[in-house]
Amino acid sequence: MPLVEVSNLVKHFVRNAGLFRRGTRVTAVDDVSFTIEQGETFGLVGESGSGKTTTGRCLLRLIEPTSGDVRFRGQNVLALSPSELRAARRGMQIVFQDPYSSLNPRMRARHIVEEPLVIHRLGTRTERHDRVAELFGLVGLDPTHLDRYPHEFSGGQRQRIGLARALALTPSFVILDEPVSALDVSVQAQIVNLLMDLQERLSLTYLFIAHDLRLVEHICSRIAVMYLGRIVELGTSAALFAAPQHPYTRALLSSIPVADPDAPRHRITLDPTSFSRDAQLRRVAEGHWAAV
Amino acid sequence: MNLISVAHLTTVFDKPNGPVTAVDDVSFEIREGETLGLVGESGCGKSVTALALMGLIQPPGRIAGGSILFKSRDLLKLSEPEMRKVRGAEISLIFQEPMTALNPVFTIGDQIGETLAVHKRATRREAIGVAVELLDKVRIPDARTRVRDYPHQLSGGMRQRVLIAMALACRPSLVIADEPTTALDVTIQAQILDLLRDMKASFSLSLLLITHDLGVVAETADRVAVMYAGRIVEQGPVRTIFRQPQHPYTRGLLASMPGGAPGRRLRAIDGNVPTLGELPPGCAFHPRCPERFEPCTLEPPLDYPAGPDHTAKCYLHAPR
Repeated sequence: MPLVEVSNLVKHFVRNAGLFRRGTRVTAVDDVSFTIEQGETFGLVGESGSGKTTTGRCLLRLIEPTSGDVRFRGQNVLALSPSELRAARRGMQIVFQDPYSSLNPRMRARHIVEEPLVIHRLGTRTERHDRVAELFGLVGLDPTHLDRYPHEFSGGQRQRIGLARALALTPSFVILDEPVSALDVSVQAQIVNLLMDLQERLSLTYLFIAHDLRLVEHICSRIAVMYLGRIVELGTSAALFAAPQHPYTRALLSSIPVADPDAPRHRITLDPTSFSRDAQLRRVAEGHWAAV
Repeated sequence: MNLISVAHLTTVFDKPNGPVTAVDDVSFEIREGETLGLVGESGCGKSVTALALMGLIQPPGRIAGGSILFKSRDLLKLSEPEMRKVRGAEISLIFQEPMTALNPVFTIGDQIGETLAVHKRATRREAIGVAVELLDKVRIPDARTRVRDYPHQLSGGMRQRVLIAMALACRPSLVIADEPTTALDVTIQAQILDLLRDMKASFSLSLLLITHDLGVVAETADRVAVMYAGRIVEQGPVRTIFRQPQHPYTRGLLASMPGGAPGRRLRAIDGNVPTLGELPPGCAFHPRCPERFEPCTLEPPLDYPAGPDHTAKCYLHAPR
């Protein structure tokens, strides 16, 4: 059984609704289905507005989906009552993109990491204390910095705090929403290595949401490409990068700047009339689907 | 021929607890028709360098030394009215944020026209016609209608095209593009980089491209200068910088990029970028450097030759 099963997920937002005005309906996530296997890193890529972040948040019900089905260990997440949902969230956590705005500037690092334990009423005060110190060590932070405030840490260190907070409840599934894109180039690799180490040590399953395709190729076993709210292609990283099938995937891959002045450049411009928006995903090879 | 030669440029910000050097003894040249890529991480001083070239350093910042020779005049010796004739006309700047760099209450035609009118390149009446031509050149479809649009009616990529049109309006010889594609999606970034390359050729420009993205540099630059903590640590032709990087920082940056066998650990650079004003003594990179040895912690290294047209600020290359 897959750890996470998403079927026909839809999210509508209503825009510009007023007292006497019907809003316009925007379909941010449009009939999205995928599964994530235990222990894998599943990549969700796409450009801004493609619906990748909304999809991630719908899985945790941080945003309530309009319709569809999300199963975590076979349990229907969308049918849970608020208290059941809180219990289920112990198993599924999220790390946000921006290490600056996602940490409360008025809380000490120690309390930020401890907060999930307090909310879920886990452990005595001393046990929580020890657990926070342990988490600090786990993500490579200096335990003498426990009483510092977020602004006293660098971007990379803040992202480590966000990670320690997400891991406090020993989840098995973590959503990483652009976890390194706000960081300095020389620090990104440190965090990527940490994520890979933690996955191995704690047998975590990741949903990795990103727009940096090189990074996604490096750490994800399978990838789904989103375009205007839909998954247009899904497959193993190797297959998707070697033989992209959808015109959008091809255009996207050909746009990545390559850090090699002599690399041949064949830019493919997307022609939106070259494919049907309503095409269904179909199997093009073993483990590889495309909406063509 | 050098279009611009920057020598020993130093920019200091007077903060309450003392002066902070943001740009420290920076020297580089841009030749006619060339693209120089200035690469570095946030806070390394690359944007301050751009502002210094435009004469736009505001208090508490000040230029503490050096010279900027542009067409055989030292820009640092010009009066403000003289500098105003250079700025926007002979050297222009494309900002990072296409969302905030345009004025929301004027049409894009008005904003391009203003540049032309200020520099007396066209009367207000002629300006709209020239604006349409420019929008056409930066490949904005249906320029005649679009010229009356307000910025909010355009997408991010279109706004960046408008900013490029504005920068080109007075036919400058040097354009500085400060992270021109950072706020854009990768497919739009590719279009804007292609556009910049074409404009460079058709307007016979020189380009100073400031970015943190090594991929963008590899695609667009002829030569590269790598900045770290306010100093240029390595400078050379683009191929040499990517094939035989000589400074440990450049080597570290290139090695840390994803690539190689999937799932393998990346070769990260240890530690963090130092805060300006709290730089370690000697070479600012030494606490993170895998190759440091004694002299690195004592005195900052000078620029040592590391190959043809190639220098590295690293004791590994110091003559013994």
